[in-house]
Amino acid sequence: MNDHLEIGGVKLTSRLFLGTGKFSSHTFMGEVIRQSGVQVVTVALRRIDFASEEENVLQHVPPGCVLMPNTSGARNAQEAVRIARVARAAGAGNWVKIEVISDHRYLLPDNYETLKATEILAQEGFVVLPYMNPDLMVAKKLKEVGAAAVMPLGAPIGSNQGLKTREMIRILIEEIDLPIIVDAGIGRPSQAAEAMEMGAAAVLVNTAIATAGDPLAMARAFDFAVQAGRMAYLSGLAQTNQLAEASSPLTGFLR
Amino acid sequence: MRITLNGSEENLAASLTIAELVRAKNWQPERIVVEVNQEIIGRDSWSKVLLQEHDQVEILSFVGGGEN
Repeated sequence: MNDHLEIGGVKLTSRLFLGTGKFSSHTFMGEVIRQSGVQVVTVALRRIDFASEEENVLQHVPPGCVLMPNTSGARNAQEAVRIARVARAAGAGNWVKIEVISDHRYLLPDNYETLKATEILAQEGFVVLPYMNPDLMVAKKLKEVGAAAVMPLGAPIGSNQGLKTREMIRILIEEIDLPIIVDAGIGRPSQAAEAMEMGAAAVLVNTAIATAGDPLAMARAFDFAVQAGRMAYLSGLAQTNQLAEASSPLTGFLR
Repeated sequence: MRITLNGSEENLAASLTIAELVRAKNWQPERIVVEVNQEIIGRDSWSKVLLQEHDQVEILSFVGGGEN
């Protein structure tokens, strides 16, 4: 099937995006990326820990992978813009996942600050992928100000609860002419497949893979699920009916 | 000379360039991004920028992280 996702001029064949936190080591994370065919990874920018010998995570991201630095830690648009500029200056490319969070209990994104940051960074030539609470009006404005995709949450970050916001995501997919990438909350491959069946362009997973019993196998399971869901979406799902509908002929019974 | 380094006060014996600070601290240059007073200083300029009293210096690096 000649099916690819194009964002910021890059053609992707894998629709599974990976977050790089919570893995037991950077080397292991690199192995997970390689074995699951992931082509987009998100990384964070932090003050260096002078006491730690840990290497730069970028050294373990396979060449050819698109880096999508995120602005985690930003509490407002201004901080997000600053982080994005630093990431680009550090050679991480021009993609950025806007993440503006000031709520520490549910880690829900601030849509208004996210919109402001998206506008500024899109004007500066960034490929902007904002993480957002699925709201149709905000998504429309994000498109207007130049977002390259919209990344609604399925459920709170790291909660593994699946598509709690299913109906709102469905509306975004229907109404917004941009790739809709479900980010956060996906806990199982079946939930990733469900998002893809609904017509999501991709899913971003981190916790559900990194904290699985066998992250390597789980990453592959997610890869299969995303492919299966995508294929199902493209194939046109059969309709659901209230009543039974026999699939074998209702004539010629042996009686 | 006092500067603020990643949010903590730091006393430098002498006036240093960023390149000299990076060497003195034994940081791996390829691993870090340097910001002085919220301005990104490209690696090419490290030897030209002399740190000033009360400069706010941030030494940053990419870490694993997806969603948080």
